[in-house]
Amino acid sequence: MLQINVENCTGCKICEQACPYGAIIIDPETKKAKVLDNCTLCGSCINVCRYKALSIKRVMIPLENLKNFKGIIIWGELENKNGQLQFKKVVYELLGKALELNKEINEPISVVVLGPPRISALIDELFYYGADIVYLCEHELLQEFSNDGYTTVLTTIIIDKKPSIVLYGATIKGRELAPRIAARLNLGLTADCTGLSINKQKQLVQTRPAFGGNIMASILSPYTRPQMATVRPNTFSKIKLKQPKKCQIEKISVKLEKQSIRTKIIEEISSKTELINIEDADILISVGRGIGSKENIKLIYELAQELKGIVSSSRALVELGWTKHPIQVGQSGKTVSPQLYIALGISGAIQHLVGMQTSDIIVAINSDPEAPIFKVADFGIIGDLFEIIPQFLKLCRKNKESSL
Amino acid sequence: MKIIVTIKQVPEANKVAVNPKTGTLIREEVESILNPFCEYALDMAVNLKIQNPDLKVEIIVISMGPPQAKSALLRCLELGADKAYLFSDRAFAGSDVWATSLTLKEGILKKIGNFDLILAGKQAIDGDTAQVPAELAENLGIPHVYYGFDVEIVKKRINVKKETEKGYQVIEVRLPALVTISKGPSSIRRLPSMRDIIEARKKPIEIIDAKSLNMSEKRIGLNGSFTQVVKIFSPPIKEAGEIIDGNDSVNAAEKLFMFLKEKKIV
Ligand SMILES: Cc1cc2nc3c(=O)[nH]c(=O)nc-3n(C[C@H](O)[C@H](O)[C@H](O)COP(=O)(O)OP(=O)(O)OC[C@H]3O[C@@H](n4cnc5c(N)ncnc54)[C@H](O)[C@@H]3O)c2cc1C
Ligand SMILES: Nc1ncnc2c1ncn2[C@@H]1O[C@H](COP(=O)(O)O)[C@@H](O)[C@H]1O
Repeated sequence: MLQINVENCTGCKICEQACPYGAIIIDPETKKAKVLDNCTLCGSCINVCRYKALSIKRVMIPLENLKNFKGIIIWGELENKNGQLQFKKVVYELLGKALELNKEINEPISVVVLGPPRISALIDELFYYGADIVYLCEHELLQEFSNDGYTTVLTTIIIDKKPSIVLYGATIKGRELAPRIAARLNLGLTADCTGLSINKQKQLVQTRPAFGGNIMASILSPYTRPQMATVRPNTFSKIKLKQPKKCQIEKISVKLEKQSIRTKIIEEISSKTELINIEDADILISVGRGIGSKENIKLIYELAQELKGIVSSSRALVELGWTKHPIQVGQSGKTVSPQLYIALGISGAIQHLVGMQTSDIIVAINSDPEAPIFKVADFGIIGDLFEIIPQFLKLCRKNKESSL
Repeated sequence: MKIIVTIKQVPEANKVAVNPKTGTLIREEVESILNPFCEYALDMAVNLKIQNPDLKVEIIVISMGPPQAKSALLRCLELGADKAYLFSDRAFAGSDVWATSLTLKEGILKKIGNFDLILAGKQAIDGDTAQVPAELAENLGIPHVYYGFDVEIVKKRINVKKETEKGYQVIEVRLPALVTISKGPSSIRRLPSMRDIIEARKKPIEIIDAKSLNMSEKRIGLNGSFTQVVKIFSPPIKEAGEIIDGNDSVNAAEKLFMFLKEKKIV
């Protein structure tokens, strides 16, 4: 329960403003803070109180008990790109982060790779990016991803290896796999982190956005090990080592029965345009409802071709059926962080911004000077995209000719 | 056939912001709404009920939350659910994913018993975690499928159309199972009529506390949670960029070109 130290409370109302749920008020009679029934104990009020009037009693466990857990394990998610199996970019990003965390804890970094037989050729790369050990699990039934199969294999490895930290990409698959593992092992899990660090007690501090990116929360798993988190793709940088680490590969024999996988893929549909993964693009040309009609999107493709970029879109266009969901950027689409993000005719609703605001450079063209997209833009033009883009294309072409 | 829909009441996200000077949250009359993805899940359940009249589908909505969440449940009853349970107790406050899923599990087993299908929202827009449903499924020992946008009942099984990175998959799974819903059924959604609204008020909403679920204090709320929020702060604010007037399109295009040239893109 949230405890109020009435003596310290000055009735300053800062906590009242800080509560996202409206669950703390200053009682008009006593002029002191009062907690209502809908308090979720999120802690927003405690951090802002300048008078130490608020506290939450938490159970603590001696840190000694947690010392038996050592090592960082990363789930090495594979993807099939044009018929070729490869690691998802986020795996390298997680390795980069693990190298950084290791400055504080210095524990072995390992990657667990699950897949069909004969995937071992892929794993050499991992030693260039920081892996000390690769656990290789090959089995016919791991060819296709399944929650049941992957949970079973990963939990056995986690129980056996006793790591202190396990990290997953917050990808479509990572987000459905990690909680299943957390529940099976009775562990805490922090989803969709955008920041990870180690505190003085050597705990993993997991930072993630909440309320559509309006606030950030730092989260600990004080008394369970391993500490588990999923991490948004495109938030950390990969680090290529000058010398690869010594290749240490441990093959894990996998026991898996067909009937223990309760879901069956009976059809798989993917279309050509959707094969392009916008999460991996360096340049994204993103289009919103300001484009006016489906035909006009041609102009955006022309621009994308000129800048060697890929087209993405806001949810409004997906809902209109003008673009497809796999290229949607935002809260209910993908999180992207390209070198350059050009937003054309996109208003910049908060649900859109959370999916792209970490891009290196953001350019926006919008006819409405009040459009929120301008708040995150490095370069913005208040104007008509149908006037400006054709002019810009002309310039690009002229520039090319002159440099020939 | 029993379909359970798990729903959550959330503050409308757009309205929560941080005051950059004081670092406190600014809430301008934050309204609580039924989480939109939970509404899609309910629509899916209603759709299944309409499409399978012979299965005598009963839709039960459940939520763990403060007493106010009753209004979100009432809305579900207006939209076609038959019955509602609210697991509500001060002692549930501070529940993380684990404690939430455990409470929902106990609620389901003790109050509903057997069921065929659980539909959940893809994610709640306040936390955006999308983790409660998978933990609930694991705790109940049933399989789960995420990101469904179409569900079809075929005897003792369902076929779920599931969004993937490249398009979609059709997944077959035996019941009981849990599916999270990312998009409502494509059929046009019906707004509750006056009659639905009146009828809904006759449907039962049962409010249940920790004691009736026979859950010990250690397993619920903050005590039962494995993760703890230790700090809340506002995201770093980006420096304002250069905003120009594009009335003169030739000039604007040139400036854009120069900007991208500086950044070595063109
Ligand atoms: C639960 C939930 C999840 C959501 N998830 C997402 C998500 O993942 N991604 C997402 O994008 N949205 C999401 N949304 C929707 C979001 O709130 C907005 O509705 C959506 O992003 C708006 O898309 P838009 O900017 O393309 O359209 P609009 O808001 O209609 O903006 C169009 C813009 O184009 C400008 N414009 C018009 N004509 C021109 C012209 N000729 N030249 C230049 N500019 C022009 C207008 O000034 C306007 O600013 C979500 C909403 C909810 C409730
Ligand atoms: N307190 C709760 N009560 C009922 N259902 C919940 C609760 N929290 C989460 N859920 C369900 O889990 C889904 C995903 O929520 P979350 O994991 O919080 O993003 C929601 O759309 C609900 O269907």
